[in-house]
Amino acid sequence: MQNTNLAYDSKVEGEIIVTQADAVINWIRKHSVWPMPMGLACCAIELMAAGGSRFDISRFGMEVMRFSPRQADCMIVAGTVTYKMAEVVRRIYEQMAEPKWVVAMGACASTGGMYRSYATMQGVDRIIPVDVYVSGCPPRPEALLDAMIKLQDKIGRESSLKNLTARKRQPAKQAALAGAVNES
Amino acid sequence: MAQSELAQFQERFDYLTERPSSDHLAVNCPPEKLVEFTTALRDDFGYDMLIDVTAVDWDAQSPRFTGIYHLLSTTKHEYLRIAVACPDDIHPSLPSLTSVFAAANWHERETYDLMGIHYAGHPNLRRILMWDAYPYHPLRKDFPLAGIEVPLPAADVAEATQAKVIAAPMMGGPFVSSGDGTMDQTEPRARDESWTEERERPNDRAEKSESSTDLAR
Repeated sequence: MQNTNLAYDSKVEGEIIVTQADAVINWIRKHSVWPMPMGLACCAIELMAAGGSRFDISRFGMEVMRFSPRQADCMIVAGTVTYKMAEVVRRIYEQMAEPKWVVAMGACASTGGMYRSYATMQGVDRIIPVDVYVSGCPPRPEALLDAMIKLQDKIGRESSLKNLTARKRQPAKQAALAGAVNES
Repeated sequence: MAQSELAQFQERFDYLTERPSSDHLAVNCPPEKLVEFTTALRDDFGYDMLIDVTAVDWDAQSPRFTGIYHLLSTTKHEYLRIAVACPDDIHPSLPSLTSVFAAANWHERETYDLMGIHYAGHPNLRRILMWDAYPYHPLRKDFPLAGIEVPLPAADVAEATQAKVIAAPMMGGPFVSSGDGTMDQTEPRARDESWTEERERPNDRAEKSESSTDLAR
């Protein structure tokens, strides 16, 4: 009888799957993003809505919101970052364990938004490296979900093994950040 | 009602003058009499709630700063506004009302923070909105709308990120009307603040052209 089973057959090939380390690491990472809600203004309300049953962020494997930076790997900056608060945002970011990502949710976190003023930082990317920016004032929960899925795609493309062995991810990012700020 | 109340006030406090007002009764009061007057308002006239403490910066006029107090009577349902001119234009100072109304505490801290009015006798006169080391009082008329460049409050964060408190570009923001034409033509007050990332500030452009001529020489 002809063998029609085209899938992996453990009886023939043993309990082995051949793949790349990056693919496995990224697959694990991107399906267990633990966000840290950095709720600073009204965007945080939409962030809460995204966590609620109607929009249900857990459909995409990132529902474990942790309010301690030690237990989170994705900071969602939701709201207006004032200069007085910038120090706190930066410190909480530094307390998060590697690997870590940042989503700037909404116009204020991305660029300062409508607050062109003496008190408001003109974009949180001046102090921490941002992976995904979400437009909107505030963005709808669907926009945040889309951003998180885009972040998952980005995590899926990372050279995780190289970063693990080189341990240079953070300094490199910081240097790039400092360079970007100096140029502007 | 309001007129008879003013007459009652003036009968007892001859230093009060009526202040033009489009809504509630408003009186002018000299600063050294403010505590006495508000204590009497609270105890004898039923004005038992301090609604707001703020100030006006009259820019080039003298007296430059006027402290404003809004009181509410929860029994008569009447508002009263008290205006107190600060005698000193350079270091404006007013007596603190914290001994009369506990609500004055944070209100006076806010007015101190944003307008720079010193409240004598305040138990804890620190900034409340801006950070402690901030050198300016942002709601004063001579403070530009966009802000002034200063270091970030946290030195270690500033060192790690090279970030600064910058003057924010006003163009495209909500606090300036666009009108017809570019903003630096329609809003003279915003002339120096009408730059974007692409288009430089007029003053910077002038300085740059000067320095380039220096180089040419």
